[in-house]
Amino acid sequence: MRSSRITSTTIVYGVLLLVVVAAALITAGQGRNFFSTGNLDNILTATTILGLIAIGQTLVILVGSLDLSVPYVVSLASVVGGGIMAGQAGGIVPALLVTLLLCGVIGAVNGAIVAGLHVHGFIATLGTGLVLSGYLGSTYQGSSGLAAFEFRLLDATRIGPVPLAFLLMLGCAGLAVLVLRRTRLGHHLYAVGGNAEVARMSGLRTAVPVVVAHTTCSVMSGLAGLVLLARLGVGQPTVGSQGGYDLMSIAAVVLGGTLLAGGKGNIAGTLAGVAIFAVLDNAMGVMELNPFLKDVVRGVVIVVAVAVYARRELDRRPARFDRPPAADPGTTKPPGSATPAGTTDKTLEASR
Amino acid sequence: MRRVTSPTDSTPAPTQAPVLRVRGVTKSFHGNVVLRDADLDLLPGQVLGLVGENGAGKSTLMKVLAGVHAPTSGTVELDGSEVTFGHPVQAQRAGISTVFQEFNLLGERTVAENVWLGREPRRRGLVDVAAMVRDTTALLEDLGVTGLDASRRVRSLSVAEQQIVEIAKATSLDARVIQMDEPTAALADHEVALLYSIIRTLTGRGVAIVYVSHRLKEIFDLCDVVTVLKDGAQVATEPIAALDEGRLVRLMVGRTLDAFFPDPLEGTAPGETRLELRGAGNGYVDGVDLTLRAGEIVGVAGLQGSGRTELLEAVFGVTPLTRGEMTLAGRKVRPRSPRQAVRAGIALITEDRKATGLALNQSILDNTLGVVRAVFPRRTGGVRRDVPRLLSTLAVSARALSQEVRLLSGGNQQKVVLARWLATDPAVVLMDEPTRGVDVGAKYSIYEVMRRLAADGKAVLMVSSELPEVIGMSDRILVMRDGRLAGELPPTSSEEDVLALATGVRAGEQVAS
Repeated sequence: MRSSRITSTTIVYGVLLLVVVAAALITAGQGRNFFSTGNLDNILTATTILGLIAIGQTLVILVGSLDLSVPYVVSLASVVGGGIMAGQAGGIVPALLVTLLLCGVIGAVNGAIVAGLHVHGFIATLGTGLVLSGYLGSTYQGSSGLAAFEFRLLDATRIGPVPLAFLLMLGCAGLAVLVLRRTRLGHHLYAVGGNAEVARMSGLRTAVPVVVAHTTCSVMSGLAGLVLLARLGVGQPTVGSQGGYDLMSIAAVVLGGTLLAGGKGNIAGTLAGVAIFAVLDNAMGVMELNPFLKDVVRGVVIVVAVAVYARRELDRRPARFDRPPAADPGTTKPPGSATPAGTTDKTLEASR
Repeated sequence: MRRVTSPTDSTPAPTQAPVLRVRGVTKSFHGNVVLRDADLDLLPGQVLGLVGENGAGKSTLMKVLAGVHAPTSGTVELDGSEVTFGHPVQAQRAGISTVFQEFNLLGERTVAENVWLGREPRRRGLVDVAAMVRDTTALLEDLGVTGLDASRRVRSLSVAEQQIVEIAKATSLDARVIQMDEPTAALADHEVALLYSIIRTLTGRGVAIVYVSHRLKEIFDLCDVVTVLKDGAQVATEPIAALDEGRLVRLMVGRTLDAFFPDPLEGTAPGETRLELRGAGNGYVDGVDLTLRAGEIVGVAGLQGSGRTELLEAVFGVTPLTRGEMTLAGRKVRPRSPRQAVRAGIALITEDRKATGLALNQSILDNTLGVVRAVFPRRTGGVRRDVPRLLSTLAVSARALSQEVRLLSGGNQQKVVLARWLATDPAVVLMDEPTRGVDVGAKYSIYEVMRRLAADGKAVLMVSSELPEVIGMSDRILVMRDGRLAGELPPTSSEEDVLALATGVRAGEQVAS
């Protein structure tokens, strides 16, 4: 149990490698090339949206909360962004600013409810998610708003073989890694998620990391919504809930080795989790698997992964009698056990 | 192990001004005075031993100084100026750090991250991880600790190493007073030696230590001055040279017995053997031999961390035995889970009723039937009809069976715990601190229940930290030390006898190992 333990991130990347190899074999079996530019492009594109959301979700889970409102924030961003843009290039900047600010406000409200009113994130964001869902349903019938042509380049541009939006996602991931590892905010995020009471006793303002994490998560979801707007050309009020991004992002984060209870985990793992889902989907698409069967596979992957982590996390008090000395039970005497006169003398029992 | 007397190396010059001066500190909770008029003077580099029985007020005094509790009255002066703390962080910043038994550490973070939490060093706006590790390593080396990697996760450290992290954190805050609450309770002997050397390093630098321990040997090894608390009052403060172990123990215990205990019911006699352990052990207890007969109440005494609770948990299958033999009414058994233990006729009243004894937001009825429903579902109907009678024999006072348990007083809650287990009709009843946190009246009725259990031919094994209770209720007293049975005492023993066996110090009887 010393330092040289395999970290869960190593495991996730090992699993990712296995999944890639398996997918490559399956694809080859269908007479196609997994590593063709087209197929890789598919996978990277699929990774982008869930990746953006899962980065935000990682922060929220690390701080000990959850965000179930992400799909509705995604949808809201796509229709609001498209509405402001209205197909005009001049509308791009205002659309981005307003949309992301709006998403930030929603996240801040989530964070304030969690940190200020002590409502668990699960319930708080279920509530705000329902509110948003109701607003979207009552205000927008069908697709609404239009992306400017220039904005659609965000999704269509490739730098070499890599989609621009994917690089945007990687950039966000890099930023999140930097924040988590190299800023006080990041350290305090882990501290509050690990044990809020210890954090409080160390003089931290425990509300700050919670609010920041929720705000960031909503902004990242908004970004994902805008990328979807660029991809689809129009805003769609149901694009988020159709993607099932709430549970899929949580699944990706947990698959990436982050503790659902908070305080432990990292962005690298989450990205691997997202990639595993993307590669699995891709391979299953090549196999033309029944979509319901796809969900079965995803479900099994999530449960098995978390069960593996749970086994590793099993935590016990350190034993006083690690391994009773097997040799010579007659002479082994526990060090320092002075035996007062008049009491029975107990010697160590040999291991059975 | 020889006793080390007169730690001359750390005796400060008498002319120094005290770093910490406490005057008339009193603390009461809800009108209940738990600490009365405590006075302390602590010179730089001095080690003050704070001793007393459970409930004597040691923890309260520590928590006042740590900024956890505000004193009801009295003053605390640090370097001559009066201080008041509203939060532990204020006490730390002022220079008083406390190493509690429950560490304030984040298991998933590294040693360095824990030491600097909230004060992470920065360079160009970013946390300077390298400097953090470097500074932590330097702190540890200054304490004479080598081989503790500052970038290891705290979770992977031993208890002793985690304690060192806490001490390093205190020194990083430039603490001038460090309080340690039972620091050796969970340490092995070689780790205790390391702690001693760390303490001597600290006192050499002029840091004053408040050292709370039950282990008298350590008090004599380390302390310059000893303050004895008893029932919330300061009994004595004397230089260590003026004390010997016998006198210290007398100061700690010699109290008037204000609790009284019911006599055994008529016709109670030890019957056949109900529970027998031979060389039993697991990771937490070792080489336990004990015999428990029907109609007997056997007390288990010992210090915090001596393995008392762990013994009960081993018998009850929480942490199953891995060695030795266990016999229940003549049948060899080895429960691998609490469920198996319950089926075999064992009950365990745990020490923390709120965490492990009761479902607080469920009704009295549901709580009473909890175990029966789970383990003996077919008996539920019959037991349910019997619940009112059971509760009235236990004198539970409640408005209705449907009342939520969390609304009851501590005493009534504890009686519901008893009812929950007596409903299973056990042959062996294990009790862990059965009267913790209950009022005197409820205490007495719990004692009466125990007597009645004995008269009904049940075997009772009771762990208690309250020596008068152990002595007043037990037919025999088993004393545990360091995970083993240190010996057995008759019910006529004095508190001194029990304490001496539990701590392993008694002048003249000590065996060098």
